[in-house]
Amino acid sequence: MKRLLIILLCVLPLFAYANEAKDMAEDPVLEKRMIGLAENLRCLVCQNESLASSHAELADDLRREVREQMKKGMSDQQIIDYLVARYGDFVLYKPPVKNTTYLLWFGPFLLFLLAAALFFYQMRKRRKTMLDTTLTPEAEQRAAALLNDHKDNQA
Amino acid sequence: MRYILPLVAFLVLSAFLYLGLNLNPHEVPSPLIGKPAPAFSLPQLQQPELQFSAQEMRGKVWLLNVWASWCVSCREEHPILVELARQNIVPVYGLDYKDKAEDGKNWLEQHGDPYVLSAADREGRVGIDYGVYGVPETYVIDKQGIIQYKQIGPVTPQVLNQKILPLVAELNRK
Repeated sequence: MKRLLIILLCVLPLFAYANEAKDMAEDPVLEKRMIGLAENLRCLVCQNESLASSHAELADDLRREVREQMKKGMSDQQIIDYLVARYGDFVLYKPPVKNTTYLLWFGPFLLFLLAAALFFYQMRKRRKTMLDTTLTPEAEQRAAALLNDHKDNQA
Repeated sequence: MRYILPLVAFLVLSAFLYLGLNLNPHEVPSPLIGKPAPAFSLPQLQQPELQFSAQEMRGKVWLLNVWASWCVSCREEHPILVELARQNIVPVYGLDYKDKAEDGKNWLEQHGDPYVLSAADREGRVGIDYGVYGVPETYVIDKQGIIQYKQIGPVTPQVLNQKILPLVAELNRK
């Protein structure tokens, strides 16, 4: 009895899977297209969720709106423009390249170049210091003796 | 010398993080500022047989306040709106957003009605046209029907006195 219960409890998590918020749709093709589009749009209420996965009421309404516009035969781009006109670029998970977003788009490359430059600068500096050290014959002998000594100790 | 670079990096990072603390990610700049207020025609909340349309307001500076009986922070700003309406400085119209007519009417009875009238946006479609995503929101609309300002979240005395009222006075002079 106890074992059965344990097995049942182990199986329990299988039922706890998450999925996109689903609306009852009469047209699965349209629904798929809607979800595809909504996955790239941000829900404005819970900002880290996409319009496809959010359960916020506004997301529900916007999904309805997108669905209706698709039925009217509007293209994905037209629907995106419609939403951007109302909520701004913020609804897009992929912001457009324009004056205000240059830093966002190219900042990482800038940082990378900066880091690379710093890296090479440091490497060159280090190489120079290494080449600069030349040993006098006495110093070399001492170094060899020390190294030998070290080896003897280990043996 | 070797500590200067990390120190500068640390200070720059701290400055950015400190500024970030005071930013509100829920305040998304509205693309509607400077654009004509979207046209709509909706039944009035108190008299559903009558319609209210934004075009009726041409020639007047007015406020459109989006509210709902289920909205918690609307309670916060409501006394300020009631007081504003009493002073008769600028007409305030309401947009009862995604609300049942009964709930909306009861709420106004309970908390006072600062609105010349409220339009009932049962389905939230007009809300979408106005880019509403967090109730309450308040729009300042000028005589030409252009949206001049949008307040996201409750109107505070500070926002009212420093932004909305000076703007209304300026727009009325034009």
